[in-house]
Amino acid sequence: MSARLAAAADVVAAVADPELPMLTLAELGIVREVRESEDGVLVAITPTYSGCPAMEAIRDDIETALREAGFRRVTVRTVLSPAWTTDWITASGRAKLAAAGIAPPGAAPRRPAGPVPLTLGARRDPVCCPHCGHGDTEQIAAFSATACRELRRCPACREPFEHVKEI
Amino acid sequence: MSFDAAYEALTDHDDDARWAYGTGFADPLAGVPTTVPANIDRGDLAAYCMMLGDDALIMSHRLQQWVTRAPELEDELAIANIGLDLLGQARLLLTRAGEVEGAGRDEDALAYLREPREFRHVPLAERADADFAHLTARLLVFATWRLALFDRLAASRDPMLAAIAAKGVKELTYHREYAAQWVVRLGDGTDLSHERMRAAMAAVGPLIGELLDPHEIERRLAVAGVAVDPATVRGEVEEVLAEVARAATLRPPVIPPPPTGGPAADDVSGAEPAGGRGRDGVHGEALTEILGELQGLARSLPGSVW
Repeated sequence: MSARLAAAADVVAAVADPELPMLTLAELGIVREVRESEDGVLVAITPTYSGCPAMEAIRDDIETALREAGFRRVTVRTVLSPAWTTDWITASGRAKLAAAGIAPPGAAPRRPAGPVPLTLGARRDPVCCPHCGHGDTEQIAAFSATACRELRRCPACREPFEHVKEI
Repeated sequence: MSFDAAYEALTDHDDDARWAYGTGFADPLAGVPTTVPANIDRGDLAAYCMMLGDDALIMSHRLQQWVTRAPELEDELAIANIGLDLLGQARLLLTRAGEVEGAGRDEDALAYLREPREFRHVPLAERADADFAHLTARLLVFATWRLALFDRLAASRDPMLAAIAAKGVKELTYHREYAAQWVVRLGDGTDLSHERMRAAMAAVGPLIGELLDPHEIERRLAVAGVAVDPATVRGEVEEVLAEVARAATLRPPVIPPPPTGGPAADDVSGAEPAGGRGRDGVHGEALTEILGELQGLARSLPGSVW
């Protein structure tokens, strides 16, 4: 990788996510590729959810950051496959989520052969409270301010908190 | 975006902007290769993408109508988020439909400027919900059926459909879970909630038959390895609905049997299933009401940008 390209990759990696601004795009795991192309610097990103309204803002933020860093020709492409998984959130990203009071996701469910299993709310892994560390928290609502988070509460410290759902 | 430039950022849009999605929103498939694999009929593929896209668009609109009306704030958020997921799927599928069709129609043109007869969604998507129990029953059936379809569609020969489906599977799994938990809570709840949930499950049953009855386009594309023949998901749909109903102390909805007399393509009598077919653009009064809301602004201010 050329020094110029490495610099561009660093700029892209450091852009903050608009919905979870404590995370960079690299920590969120949505940057698929940064390379030179005939259209200048080409950045490939992947949406977290099909309807994620932040994708436009993310695309604009990447273009702006690269232009401000001196890269004049920038193309941002969407890559759908393979679909994003919370497993791509990095260790530092998970630590920052927890520090912000948001429980990071556990390991994404591994699909057994056959139909997608119906769980009727049963969780395989407990979600620890990001405030007090209590290990047995309960769900308040399956969806929170965004599709990627759920709302839970801790019976020990009695604080509600958000949890990034595994997908 | 700095706060100093917040107003400028809000009003900054490129030439491709459409008012519908706010300012400067671009094609959701920006930069994704638009080629169609060899030996796939473009007309069929465009129509199929429209079928799956319209299911999501119309269902999403019905879910959006629940916003400010849900029993609790948490459920309002859930319903709105599920509607947003489906709207995202609709945008991808309608964009793909427009590209494959090659007539210059983008997602906005397809969503806002088609006549009712051109919509290809199933009747389940447009049914108005009499109460929250009806919503949960309808969402359970919709998500169960669509999840079963998308899970198989992830192996489609069309890489775009395969990618959209693989992504959708993860979202639909949560939608089905949400609806199933409510059906169980209401069914296995008080006498009143049980009775209303029972009535809702009974009401949704007659709409399931058409979900599982393949249109000739679906059948042709399934043979070509592009689409999923919905008849092949009947078993999974029946099993999931039975499992949820059992946990909810309810009877599963009675699903109409498959049409007899062989595939419709061989049917020379021309007889249509009772009630017409959503996949052919035959819809009820409900669609007129939905499109009045959905398309009203776009049609009254054509091409407007804000």
